[in-house]
Amino acid sequence: MSFWRKALAITRKDALSELRTKEIISSVLVFALLVILTFNFAFGANQETMKLVAPGILWVTFTFSGVLSLNRSFISEVEQDCLEGLKVCPVGREAIYVGKALGSLLFMLIIEAIALPVFALFFNLQVLSPQLVLITFLATVGFVSVGILFSALSVNTRAREMVLPILFLPIVVPVVISAVKASELALSGATWSALSSGILIILAFDAIFLVASFFTFSFVIEE
Amino acid sequence: MKNNHVRNIVLAVSLALTVLAMYMVFIFVPTERTMGIVQRIFYLMLPMGWLAMLAFTIIFINSILYLKKREDKYDLLARSAAELGLVFTTLTLITGSLWARPVWHVWWTWEPRLTTTLVLWVIYIAYFMVRSFASEEHRGATFAAVVGIIGFIDVPIIGMSTSIWRGLHPGAIMFQGGLAPPMVQTLVVSLLAFTGIFSVLLIQLVALKNDENALMVLKKIPD
Repeated sequence: MSFWRKALAITRKDALSELRTKEIISSVLVFALLVILTFNFAFGANQETMKLVAPGILWVTFTFSGVLSLNRSFISEVEQDCLEGLKVCPVGREAIYVGKALGSLLFMLIIEAIALPVFALFFNLQVLSPQLVLITFLATVGFVSVGILFSALSVNTRAREMVLPILFLPIVVPVVISAVKASELALSGATWSALSSGILIILAFDAIFLVASFFTFSFVIEE
Repeated sequence: MKNNHVRNIVLAVSLALTVLAMYMVFIFVPTERTMGIVQRIFYLMLPMGWLAMLAFTIIFINSILYLKKREDKYDLLARSAAELGLVFTTLTLITGSLWARPVWHVWWTWEPRLTTTLVLWVIYIAYFMVRSFASEEHRGATFAAVVGIIGFIDVPIIGMSTSIWRGLHPGAIMFQGGLAPPMVQTLVVSLLAFTGIFSVLLIQLVALKNDENALMVLKKIPD
């Protein structure tokens, strides 16, 4: 089997198990909704204030939801001792990384695709612009590329779900900053050229961390 | 024994340099015109910030070597550098804050370099945390090495994204005419003195950890 077929087989396994349990998408969606609600209570319902803080709320919601769903990605493997099975599979560690990352990316994108319109509805914002969709997609790729590495790492520690946010949040600072600022511009109807530097930083982050995580992943899950 | 010899020489040289640096910082260098006496903190803060970065570079190189060759000496060096790096990053934040208060009238500002240093500090914390949460020592070393590599790659991206999105660039405003020659001389001596102290401490820490390990082997204490 080629590398991609092996990786996609792992993605397919994750997608199938998610289709049957509906564990990650349903719980993270509810969580995302609750974060949006909590922010609404925290900032009040003033339309002007909401416009100002909306990009921030959006990305805090996505970041926290990302931590939650990335955690599940490997915890479910460990709970049933599936990780051992994955390790003895005749596939390279890199294929496991790509497969798991694609699976998580898929779940995150589905969650965001549902959460964005809800967000637009609650905050009376025009969020369905191609600019915002692209920013969201690229930032999510960044989250997942490094998040899957840290998810595999933290699941092998004693504190498990405590470790991921502590590792993940400081590392993704550049993506969060760029995504918030670029979304702010996109929401106020900026052109592509005004958004380019933000998009470039997110792209650079994606590329660098895909490569770095790809090569370090095998050390994290080996015995 | 040979190590002790080297350490003593470095210790003597850096002690002499430190005395000289103190003389230059407090007596030799003229007081800066606009900021006044408080600007002298600069000659301590900049070397500390440099050491924070130097320590992280040592961690990065030794983490790669450790993952490649699996020899404990690399992990030992990385861990010792991390301990010093955390100390110097903390000191940079404290002195930076002391400087910010009279100059900008706030203890803290989300200026790019301060923000980057703060995130660096959190990454150092994460570095120690994965180590202590790991179930076995060699796993902790591997995890810490991965965090060291990813974290080091991340720092320039954090710096880039914060400075692109959040203008406010004090360095440029502060020394518009560049540094006067006595200031440069003081800075260079201070940098050398601090780097000397850092080297002594690093040699000492590595020797201490080696002795600990030797003692552990002698006593045959399992972890």
